[in-house]
Amino acid sequence: MVATHHYLFLAAALFTIGVIGVLTRRNIMIVLMSIELMMNAVNINLIAFSNHLQQVNGQIFAIFVITVAAAEAAVGLGIVIAMFKNKETMNINEIDLMKW
Amino acid sequence: MNFLDLIWLIPLFPVVGFLVNGLIGKRLPKSVVGIIGAGAVLVSFIFSAGAVLQLAQLPAEERSHTVRLYQWFDAGAAQTLGGQMARFQVDFGFLLDPLSSVMILVVTGIGFLIHVYSTGYMHEEDGFYRFFAYLNLFMFSMLTLVLGSNYLMMFIGWEGVGLCSYLLIGYYFHKKSAGDAAKKAFVVNRVGDWGLSIGIMLIFVSFGTIEFTAVGEAVREGLAAGSFSVSDPLFIGIALALFVGATGKSAQLPLYVWLPDAMEGPTPVSALIHAATMVTAGVYMVARSNFIFQMAPEAMAVVAVIGALTALFAASIGLVQNDIKRVLAYSTVSQLGYMFLALGVGAFAAGVFHLMTHAFFKALLFLGSGSVIHAMHHEQDMRKMGALKNKIPITFKTMAIGTLAIAGIPGLAGFFSKDEILWKAFSNPQGHVILWLLGVVVAGMTAFYMFRLLFMTFYGESRVDHHVEHHIHESPKSMTIPLMVLAAGSVVSGYLGIPLWLGGTNAFEHWLEPVFEPLPITQAAIVEHSHAFEAGMAALSVMVALAGIYLAYRKYYKTSYRAETEVASYGAAYPVLQNKYYVDELYDGLFVNRVKDAGVGLWKFDAKLVDGAVNGSASLTVTGANGSNWWDRWIVDGIVRFIGGFIKTASWPIRLIETGYTQNYALVMVLGVLIIIGYALWGGQ
Repeated sequence: MVATHHYLFLAAALFTIGVIGVLTRRNIMIVLMSIELMMNAVNINLIAFSNHLQQVNGQIFAIFVITVAAAEAAVGLGIVIAMFKNKETMNINEIDLMKW
Repeated sequence: MNFLDLIWLIPLFPVVGFLVNGLIGKRLPKSVVGIIGAGAVLVSFIFSAGAVLQLAQLPAEERSHTVRLYQWFDAGAAQTLGGQMARFQVDFGFLLDPLSSVMILVVTGIGFLIHVYSTGYMHEEDGFYRFFAYLNLFMFSMLTLVLGSNYLMMFIGWEGVGLCSYLLIGYYFHKKSAGDAAKKAFVVNRVGDWGLSIGIMLIFVSFGTIEFTAVGEAVREGLAAGSFSVSDPLFIGIALALFVGATGKSAQLPLYVWLPDAMEGPTPVSALIHAATMVTAGVYMVARSNFIFQMAPEAMAVVAVIGALTALFAASIGLVQNDIKRVLAYSTVSQLGYMFLALGVGAFAAGVFHLMTHAFFKALLFLGSGSVIHAMHHEQDMRKMGALKNKIPITFKTMAIGTLAIAGIPGLAGFFSKDEILWKAFSNPQGHVILWLLGVVVAGMTAFYMFRLLFMTFYGESRVDHHVEHHIHESPKSMTIPLMVLAAGSVVSGYLGIPLWLGGTNAFEHWLEPVFEPLPITQAAIVEHSHAFEAGMAALSVMVALAGIYLAYRKYYKTSYRAETEVASYGAAYPVLQNKYYVDELYDGLFVNRVKDAGVGLWKFDAKLVDGAVNGSASLTVTGANGSNWWDRWIVDGIVRFIGGFIKTASWPIRLIETGYTQNYALVMVLGVLIIIGYALWGGQ
């Protein structure tokens, strides 16, 4: 029997993997994928609690997150392409325009 | 057809020719341009002849026909000298009376012949269409001048002929001398036109109208009512102002200087404008204003004296000129002097008579000289001519007729008109024996220099260049036929006015009587002379003319022309005459150079004072701007840079944590979240 807390552990593990990916990887595509991973960890949490509380709100929320994630991925990839065209690199260390 | 009501069309036909030739003439063949130009004048001549014939059928006292096309302008009321208010109204109107009928026949008739001649003479010239356009514009202006029914209409034509004269003198505009001559003619005429415009204004403020007929009536009424008197300074002023205009246009002392230089224009222009028509405009104007001049005997005396002196002065210069056209130019000035002499002694009809006969023979002489020049390939110097008699026979014969006519040989036109003037100068109450004597001397000089021209050009040894000699040829028919017609006119036109002592009726004077009707002024009684005495006087003047011819025969026919003998025979007078009494130099010194000096002075004023002020204010602005620049650069910019630099320097520790790496920021965010979570879990106790 899989209890609710199992889902929470899985989600926490996935989220942690995502955060570490975002913070440590240098390839901007991997960073984007890690962000997707974090969002899907949140989705698992939402579904788990929806099931636990027997309320459909969490599932609707999850679908919203998936929709927004699709949009975010499109925008994010667009930014990446534009960035690559300008800088000709995928290395996030070389992208330091936010400095003064 | 009622030509009398169509007289307004007479000036209009040449305008059509002017517009067609001027606008599209460049693209038309020369023959078409010539046909349009001459045809327009021919149509005018036909209409003129028709109108004059119909005028002649009216009773003498009704021979004044006015056509008012429309009111030109109405400038409102003004106070006249008499104290009444008068409206300054001008009609666009035309007046045909015996005087203007003589003028339009001369202008269109001789004008047509000269147009025909020009089609031959100008055939090789560039700008053929331009020449005919100007010529037609001139015809329009001249016909407006003589047909206008008021002084302002006359003034339009007056200025129009001046413009055309300028354009045509400067026809060879690439030659500097032609351009200078055109400018000289224009500027000298401005002086005269100033007088004429003053005269017209005075006429309006005196009579409240500028219509010829109305002014004439006003003078008669005023004289009858006693409000005007003879020798009134007002009339003397008006007459002298008008005469200033006449001296300009008709080349009288002291404004004659432009006419000899005007010979720079093509020869048909000299014939049409500077001999037959335009230069007689002053004579016409004075004759037209005869009612004003009759009121001012002092002004008449001035006219007569100026006329006689001009005649003598110009004739004496003409004695030694070597350019064939210049001889004729001085002759024209001299003959115009005769006309003014006639006007000045009150013989208006005699002046107009001489105007008409002179138009014939002087146009003939000019066109003849043009034919000579044409044959000689543009050589005008008589010293390089001679023995042309058999080479260009038609030109020679016609010119000989013209020379006999101007010399006053009995039987030709010049005799009748010149003798009439000399007789009137002697016998009229305003005349004087000295005026008559001057006239007779001039008649002798005229005969002398004209025969000098004839002998130097056509007789003696040939002094022609060898290159030119082979090519001498008679002119084409388009040129010789007008010469022959004019030669015929130079003979018969005099028979219009056969004097009483020759058994004639003096028809010409009778024809003009309605215009020149004497005012009811008491004058010295006319001394009666017998016909025999008059015939004796005429014989005397003919003798003088024959003496002149004999002298010319001796000097230029018997002995072939040699420059040294001619110079020697005049002694010290030769350089003076050859240099035209140094009048041009005198005017240069008195007026032209003074005006130039004034121009230079103004230029210096401009260069030093005006430019100095401008440059000064400019450099002041530059200096001020430099100060402002310093202030801006060091003070204003200094403060701004100081603030910027200060912030830049002071902010360096903060700058260190701003790496620009997204992951650094994300790490800080994650750590912050962890701290908040940690605080939420364990910080609450």
